[in-house]
Amino acid sequence: MAWQWFHRLGSPKWFYEKTNAWMPWLLSISLLIIVSGSIWALGFAPLDSKQGNSYRIMYLHVPASIVAMAAYYVMAIAGAIGLIWKMKLSYMVMKVAAPIGAVLTAMALFTGAVWGKPTWGTYWVWDARLTSVLILLFLYLGVIALQEAFREQEVADKASAILSLVGTVNIPIIYKSVDWWFTLHQPASIKMTSSSIAPEMLYPLLGMITGFYILFTWALLASTRSEILQREMKTKWVKQALLEKV
Amino acid sequence: MNKPAQDPLAVAEMAERRSGNAFMATLRRDLKLAIRHRGELANPLIFFLLVITMVPLGVSPSPKTLAVLAPGMLWVVALLATLLSLDGLFRSDFDDGTLEQLLLSPQSSYINVLAKVIVHWLTTGLPLTLVAPLLGVMMSLPEAGYIPLMLSLLLGTGSLSLIGAIGAALTVSLRKGGLLLSLIVMPLYVPVLIFGASGVRAAIEGFAYNTQLAVLGSFLALAIIAAPLAIAGALKMSVNN
Amino acid sequence: MSKAVDKQSLSISLEKLACQRDERLLFTGLSAEIQAGDVLQIIGPNGAGKTTLLRCLVSLAEPSAGHIRFCGQRLSKQLFEFRRQLLYLGHLPGIKSALTPAENLRWYAGLEGDGDNLDQRVELALKEVGLYGYEDQSCFNLSAGQQRRVALARLYLSQAKIWILDEPLTAIDKAGVAKLEQRFAEHSEAGGIVILTTHQDLKLESLKRLDLQDYLPTAEHMFGGVE
Repeated sequence: MAWQWFHRLGSPKWFYEKTNAWMPWLLSISLLIIVSGSIWALGFAPLDSKQGNSYRIMYLHVPASIVAMAAYYVMAIAGAIGLIWKMKLSYMVMKVAAPIGAVLTAMALFTGAVWGKPTWGTYWVWDARLTSVLILLFLYLGVIALQEAFREQEVADKASAILSLVGTVNIPIIYKSVDWWFTLHQPASIKMTSSSIAPEMLYPLLGMITGFYILFTWALLASTRSEILQREMKTKWVKQALLEKV
Repeated sequence: MNKPAQDPLAVAEMAERRSGNAFMATLRRDLKLAIRHRGELANPLIFFLLVITMVPLGVSPSPKTLAVLAPGMLWVVALLATLLSLDGLFRSDFDDGTLEQLLLSPQSSYINVLAKVIVHWLTTGLPLTLVAPLLGVMMSLPEAGYIPLMLSLLLGTGSLSLIGAIGAALTVSLRKGGLLLSLIVMPLYVPVLIFGASGVRAAIEGFAYNTQLAVLGSFLALAIIAAPLAIAGALKMSVNN
Repeated sequence: MSKAVDKQSLSISLEKLACQRDERLLFTGLSAEIQAGDVLQIIGPNGAGKTTLLRCLVSLAEPSAGHIRFCGQRLSKQLFEFRRQLLYLGHLPGIKSALTPAENLRWYAGLEGDGDNLDQRVELALKEVGLYGYEDQSCFNLSAGQQRRVALARLYLSQAKIWILDEPLTAIDKAGVAKLEQRFAEHSEAGGIVILTTHQDLKLESLKRLDLQDYLPTAEHMFGGVE
């Protein structure tokens, strides 16, 4: 029964035990892909005709910004499931997704700034993509701050879920508005990512994106698992699980 | 309840009248309260005026410089003034228990919440729109900018009140929610700011600005439909606390 | 519309209700049947969970286990009908102090969607609670007891059948308490339900009591490991 599966998924204990075996696999696969992708990207992908070697930071910047965006949707969907089905586990996923997403966003901003220096001669330019990512970071910080502000976990969960849902409705509007605003204020020089990209450059990029997605999944599961232990501290099975580890 | 109402049309009509009554009751009550606290009404306006006074002092009194800054500056400060006024939107209702009574009303919270936000707009967004031309003069706003400034503020501040009320509802149960409220609401204001300020700028540069107004109008329509649902949900959560 | 909820069959049932506050279990396994004509006093020492129970009953809070049924159906499915019948006086007075008593009551009548000859009814209600002559004073100027009376005037204004009252008798003088008891009796005779908390001894004949101490959680509940 599909419903039974869904119901079981809501049980933190079941989730904790089920995911136990996956963790090392997820971590090693993602690291393998990221390491080999990096070697390919740094050593074998061709030079860019305009930007030379400096474009290679794209292999970190693009995956980080894509996964940072996806993390927001994961957070919002988890929040929605929590609100609708009152599923505790779902709230936990939502809560831990926020800091991970914020770190990815900060990483996208940092790599963007590093890339900006050789491209534009300055660390910060109000480029459409960078501006959108910056606002995404603010959205994440808002959710985290709200989550921290409440004394009671249940209320904090509901509040952050509502805020991330409102954010989800807003994100496409924000991105479109910023794009529109950017075209209005004529781009200063070259865009960071040109629309057409040579396949030899593209394949390692796709690899890196996949690697980032898997690494994100691992990080999400790992923090959810520690959140489960923290919240279910009083229950018997957690005590047993902790004893077994020691 | 007394008469067994068989006719579905009559039932619907009665329900509609009841909702209308509740909407008007809340609207009237909040307007009365706003008038009783007249002093507070002026605060966002004074804030607006003060910050605009700081600009020439801090940047340059040259009309040329000010004219360049004017559309964006006026919009940013209007946005901040709205933010400041939001903290009190549900606070006193939360403290005296009328908020929980409002949520327990058999009428949908949607219309009651909408009534409250409309009063907030009438007492902040509308006055800000009305004093904006005066501040435009202080900022040496070129002549072509006045009508678009007022029109864009008229449409835009409506969205600001509605979106901001979501933040106010989320933080109403926190003692020190004011700063947090700004933190969570401001990123959501980005699209309104972009289209509001750019409409004024376009008009000054001699271009058509109806696109921007149309977009602001559609933001407002979307906010009217969706925001009260989020506000009601957030209030329910806050009262549950 | 009102077919499902017949006046005669008005009932609230609690099924194995448990409530918690701040992660602390207050009571558990609370089952009770409340029918039309009942006046139920919830008793228990401070912190026993009386207010929390009332808030669960009006769906301002959620029980951590168990169900509440209204006329045989889940409360969450019958929320609209339930709220049409509900008058709740909470821990907080629910009175805007910048408004006059009459204005406050008019808003409440408006919330019920009720607008027929309002002025007259508001005046009558205020008369009943002894606030005649104060209707145009702002509530700032009233004493604590008088403010409470403004809220209690709703008992004379509202058409609601289910009254859930949290400490309605606080700051009310003896004569006032007697008058309210009489009002509760009238309401129960008319087929209404009154659920209230108070530390005073009520002299009503039809009074039923529910002691939260009878439902204290045992050690097993506290540490049994809820899965």
